[in-house]
Amino acid sequence: MTTLTDPPKESFKLSMLLNDTRYRSLTMQAIAALLLALAIVYLGNNLIQNLRAAGLNISYGFLGSASNYDINQTLIEYSSRSTHLRAAVVGILNTLLVALLACATATVFGVIAGVLRLSPNWLVRKLMAVYVEIFRNIPVLIWIIIIFTVMTASMPAPSAFRGEDPASSMLFGAFAFTNRGVYVPAPVWGAGSMVVVAVFVLSIIGVFAYRRYATKLLYDTGKLLPMFWPSVGIFLLPAILAFFIMGSPIGLDYPELKGFNFGGGIKIGAPLIALWFALSIYTGAFIAENVRAGIQAVSKGQTEAAAALGLRPGRVMNLVVLPQALRVIIPPLISQYLNITKNSSLAIAVGYADVTATLGGITLNQTGRAIECVLLLMLFYLTISLLISAFMNVYNNAAKLKER
Amino acid sequence: MSDTHAQSVAFVRETAIPPAAPPSTAAGPVKWVRDNLFPTWANALLTVAALYVIWLVLSSTLPWILGGIWNTNSLAACREILDGRSAACFSVLTERWHQLLYGFKYPSELYWRPNLALLLLFFAAAPVLFFDLPRKLLIFTGLYPFIAYWLIWGGTILAPLVALAGFIAGYLVYARLVKASFAKGFLGGIAAAVIVWGIGGYLIPEGASDRAMLEAIPSRDLGGFMLNLMLGVTCVSLSLPIGIALALGRQSHLPLIKGICVVFIEFIRGVPLITLLFVASVMLAYFFPPESTVDLFLRVVIMITMFSSAYIAEVIRGGLAALPKGQNEAADSLGLDYAQAIRLIILPQALKISIPGIVNIAVGLFKDTTLVSVISLFDIVGMIRGPILASTDWNGVYWELLMFASVLFFVVCYGISQYSQWLERRLATDHR
Repeated sequence: MTTLTDPPKESFKLSMLLNDTRYRSLTMQAIAALLLALAIVYLGNNLIQNLRAAGLNISYGFLGSASNYDINQTLIEYSSRSTHLRAAVVGILNTLLVALLACATATVFGVIAGVLRLSPNWLVRKLMAVYVEIFRNIPVLIWIIIIFTVMTASMPAPSAFRGEDPASSMLFGAFAFTNRGVYVPAPVWGAGSMVVVAVFVLSIIGVFAYRRYATKLLYDTGKLLPMFWPSVGIFLLPAILAFFIMGSPIGLDYPELKGFNFGGGIKIGAPLIALWFALSIYTGAFIAENVRAGIQAVSKGQTEAAAALGLRPGRVMNLVVLPQALRVIIPPLISQYLNITKNSSLAIAVGYADVTATLGGITLNQTGRAIECVLLLMLFYLTISLLISAFMNVYNNAAKLKER
Repeated sequence: MSDTHAQSVAFVRETAIPPAAPPSTAAGPVKWVRDNLFPTWANALLTVAALYVIWLVLSSTLPWILGGIWNTNSLAACREILDGRSAACFSVLTERWHQLLYGFKYPSELYWRPNLALLLLFFAAAPVLFFDLPRKLLIFTGLYPFIAYWLIWGGTILAPLVALAGFIAGYLVYARLVKASFAKGFLGGIAAAVIVWGIGGYLIPEGASDRAMLEAIPSRDLGGFMLNLMLGVTCVSLSLPIGIALALGRQSHLPLIKGICVVFIEFIRGVPLITLLFVASVMLAYFFPPESTVDLFLRVVIMITMFSSAYIAEVIRGGLAALPKGQNEAADSLGLDYAQAIRLIILPQALKISIPGIVNIAVGLFKDTTLVSVISLFDIVGMIRGPILASTDWNGVYWELLMFASVLFFVVCYGISQYSQWLERRLATDHR
């Protein structure tokens, strides 16, 4: 009778650390951990020695002290006696402002250019190709400087608007383009204006409710309600009615020439315009390519199948092509928004007071707290971009094709 | 029969009629114009609008460009010649072109050195960009970084020679040991290179740069478009291997390595390049050993390389993810180990998929090199905004300078993207 015996147990040998797959991953990670620890110790040690040599320490106390500098465009109250922290908050708000504005206009430019690039019209197609190629291939910093130069060097000074026969005049009597910035009418909120605003917000909700109801009705019963005109009506009529019923509570404060400069209205400074417009046209060129790729990604068979089912062209676009194209367009669109937010840090080149210019520029130079300022700055941008990518993940999961 | 039939028909055609030309409205240029410019009313309006836009742009820029003045010494002299006419003063370009291209400190009698380096760059890049060229030319590509370094910075030739010797020693050791295992070859190669560099560093005599064949130029004298090109080429080529390593690390099964790579990539991608440049200009010096002086150019190269390698890693990760899992499993079943599978099966295919993305990153990075003007390096934008516009001669001449910079960037970036499209068509080996 033969007996089966276990193979002799292999004793652990040192070479198994490299050659045995069971242990090799542990070896690799141990080496990596060791190297990482060495690097951290080395860099940290250098940092401590350098800081000691320069007589510095890491502290965020400077955020509470007075900033002693002025910011020309602020969304919240701010003066040179405010703290550095408040200057940073002003900068953060300014960053968010220009990013939001640029995202909106870049989307408009991009969608128009992207759709026109697929137009059957040869000339328009080529023109849009030229737009996309020119703007994509020249650095955004140069665009910002070019538009800033247009604003400051080519626009008339406020004094050109003076006199009986002025050299320049205001557009529609309401918009003044000067070398100090653009002056636009400011809304004046009178008594009862909140009612109009509330009605307006409610009517927007109403439009969505109506469209939802119409879709549900269509799916349940097959009855088709008109969409466009009722939506426009619900959107506009209640607000206009409320406006006149309350006795026109919202007025406009037009900019006027007072002394050497314009008074009244809202001043949009030249740096903000330059940054806003340059980011819009530059990123718009990228968005145009995304839109084009998205529309082209929907196979022709889909359009033809929809047409074969008897759908009209508008409905083919709305029900078949767009939902599929948006699935392709939106993820790169969101990362373009992220790019706009990050590129808005170029504000420092034209003197727009965004967070890079306040916290990473003047505050840093005044206090000499380089490490703290740069770390805070990075933390801010990192938070924004993590938020945006979290949102993108949520969208991607929601828009994922439901497959088996 | 046939006779009677022949009598009954008056005429029988015996040859085919040649096809008539289509009516003039349905052929040739007229048809093309109808189909492409005026198919419908709305489209016709679009065409007219587009023509109007083109006319607006051309009518305002063409006279300005064509009437330009090319040979004056200052803006005032140029304005005098123009006499109120609106036209370009291109003489700022003829007078300051060397500053725009090389910066204001690079010695003008030494311009041949960066010029030669640029010329050689084309020869070095050619075998990488065009696969049909003989592979032997890659040897020159390998030598190019050392030649270019020596040409641009000058100084003793021993420094690039020692660096080169380190690489050669590393490669020889790697080639010998890699037959046993990739890890041994890789680590052995690094060790050999480090040893050679250490020994070589001691061998270079003190003050060798002072009596060198080529005069030494400090980094702070570099500037102009040359600086943009140098930063772009250096950082892209350095970040490719790092990006590949990061992408592989991110796909790895080892949690620690994966974690390090994910944190690094997401951190770098989450912050704007300008904050990284701030790090280079004000913060990075704190992390180097005291008494060491790492110049700003090198610090900027480090930060931009980190920046672009994170982006390239993401592109390559996309390429890796696009490969079918079967490729990995097939490599396993052939008995290849991890290093072999990656080198022979996975990377060649993944890199091919990622080429368009990598080229996009390279173009974007090259454009982003203009940001160094913010931390007071005098690249082409820094030169325009700094020394040239601040000079009394040329204060106020914006458009000509900005146009020049735009044209330079456009030519380079458009050229690269056209190349990438050509390459994509060339490499498209599947579903035709």
